[in-house]
Amino acid sequence: MSIDAHGHGEAGSGHHAGTRGGQLIGFSASVVLTALPFWLVISGVLVDKQVTALVIMALAAIQVVVHMIYFLHMNTRAEGGWSMMALIFTIVMVVIALSGSLWVMQHLTTNMMPMHEMGQTP
Amino acid sequence: MTIAMGSLKAGEPVFYLADEHEHADGDSTMLGFWIYLMSDCLIFAILFAVYGVLGGKYAAGPAPKDLFDLSLVAVNTSFLLLSSLTYGFAMLAMEKSRMAAMQGWLVVTGLFGLAFIGIELSEFAHLIHEGATPQRSAFLSCFFTLVGTHGLHVSFGLVWLVTLMIQVWRHGLIEANRRRLMCLSMFWHFLDVVWIGVFTFVYLMGMLR
Repeated sequence: MSIDAHGHGEAGSGHHAGTRGGQLIGFSASVVLTALPFWLVISGVLVDKQVTALVIMALAAIQVVVHMIYFLHMNTRAEGGWSMMALIFTIVMVVIALSGSLWVMQHLTTNMMPMHEMGQTP
Repeated sequence: MTIAMGSLKAGEPVFYLADEHEHADGDSTMLGFWIYLMSDCLIFAILFAVYGVLGGKYAAGPAPKDLFDLSLVAVNTSFLLLSSLTYGFAMLAMEKSRMAAMQGWLVVTGLFGLAFIGIELSEFAHLIHEGATPQRSAFLSCFFTLVGTHGLHVSFGLVWLVTLMIQVWRHGLIEANRRRLMCLSMFWHFLDVVWIGVFTFVYLMGMLR
């Protein structure tokens, strides 16, 4: 514990605020990664909607990573690695919650929806 | 401070500090705040999951295509993105202890945030005026919950921002204020990350349905 005691907590110590260049790189990347999906959807360049959806989801994922690195200054060393651990744990939870909900509810809607047949039973 | 007592075979008891070394005031604030943000992330994850399940249930009501104005969303997105950049500049000014520049960037950030909230509220008002209220369909219920929760976060962020600007104005860039501004920085950038999910999954994917 005492090894990293002086490596964190000092609000003025460089690694939190990053650099002006880093901010601008993150911002420029974000502008591109935002403009691209909007353009794809508005112009409808990719005729297949499934492909468009996959592409804009991938772009969103990349943009999240860009924000994490250049704006939130995430790295594996911050707070002795505990920030990253909390982040990884949260990502695992989010993936379970999202995929689980969608999967279960998808099955429920397909298996339990024949309402018109229920009306015919006495 | 706890003092534990160990005793040698005979003679004087030996005292030693069982505690860790002293922690500076607010030493663990950043990690604690990060963990709060992660829990907030779970709230949004659940709201996204709800939207994923119910987002297609229109109850014969209006669909995203009939309601959303993508150019307005694009403007809103750029406002939030710009506010992230200006907040970053404010933090850089803070590091150089340039208080006036920092306050200036915070004002710009606040104005972008205010514009974002303004556009979002006008969008909501427009939807409700058209009869697309949260009661209309499951899709609209979860749309208003998800986007509204994000908007509420931004609104509270604005209140926080103004509070901190007054704090800095009255007490200067003391260590406590620097720490608070760092927390708000994380909060603000985090909201921008959540907005990436909102504009992608709610607005853009909604238009593709």
